[in-house]
Amino acid sequence: MKAKVYVTLKPSVLDPQGSAIQHVLESMGYANVKDVRQGKYFEIALDDESNGTPHADLERIAREVLANPVIADARVEIEEDTTQGEARQ
Amino acid sequence: MKFGVVIFPGSNCDHDAYHVISKHVGQPVDFVWHRETDLSSYDAIVIPGGFSYGDYLRAGALASHSPVMRAVKDFAARGGYVLGICNGFQILCEAGLLPGALVRNENLHFICDHIHVRVETSQTPFTANLAARQVLHLPIAHAEGNYVCDEATFNQLTHDDQIIFRYCDADGNADPSANPNGSHNSIAGICNRARNVLGLMPHPERACEDLLGSSDGSPIFRSLTSTLAAQAAR
Repeated sequence: MKAKVYVTLKPSVLDPQGSAIQHVLESMGYANVKDVRQGKYFEIALDDESNGTPHADLERIAREVLANPVIADARVEIEEDTTQGEARQ
Repeated sequence: MKFGVVIFPGSNCDHDAYHVISKHVGQPVDFVWHRETDLSSYDAIVIPGGFSYGDYLRAGALASHSPVMRAVKDFAARGGYVLGICNGFQILCEAGLLPGALVRNENLHFICDHIHVRVETSQTPFTANLAARQVLHLPIAHAEGNYVCDEATFNQLTHDDQIIFRYCDADGNADPSANPNGSHNSIAGICNRARNVLGLMPHPERACEDLLGSSDGSPIFRSLTSTLAAQAAR
């Protein structure tokens, strides 16, 4: 099983790095870029054989470690393994 | 009275803190490795500055989940004194021992400078020997010192007198122009509600000897030792 976790700053939190990127884009001539918000992206691979509650674990990992809930939100996307049965190299 | 200075991989102000406590304040002190789980022999713990775990993920984030931080949480819950300096402040926020978070400086620069902070209250074990509105000249060295919190938290901090240091000019005016990093309301240091955990971005341990340009950090350590001595005498 694979999971993708997107961590994005809450709208109320200033993102000076995003603003700097936006200013550079503006100076490059991209006048239509009004706002840039920077975030973090994680790919997590889980062992399918193990027991437990992977969905709940991932939500906790995202909330308690990957994102600081004071300043950021986390979104978890889970990809069930569709390649099961294929030969593993 | 016994102090512990925690060392994480990447701590780099641990020896400064150790030096100040052992040589300047003259109290017994141990280094405490980040895998330690028993802090029962200590009266005060210093979480020093540096770049714990290389600031990976977020400054202080990985250190906040280390074994010693579980012990520090128990230690603080039992009333033990915890002082977090710079990266130590970031770790205490990440660990939930202090409210809010420290994010990238507003100007995106790593700022290494001497600044002024105003003591907002002497009603903490860390500022007992200082006067409210006293101005301290202290060094800062950080890239993520911009304190943020939501308005409810800020109102709580104000209501409970938990804002302990504010950036100010040499005359003690907490003017926005004297705020080096964009911190909410010029906040440079806060304590928890129980007032036994303090975090601040400036480095008092680098300002305890005139030879280093300022000895204004000294009263912070001496306040703590006075408080501990008064407790022991009781």
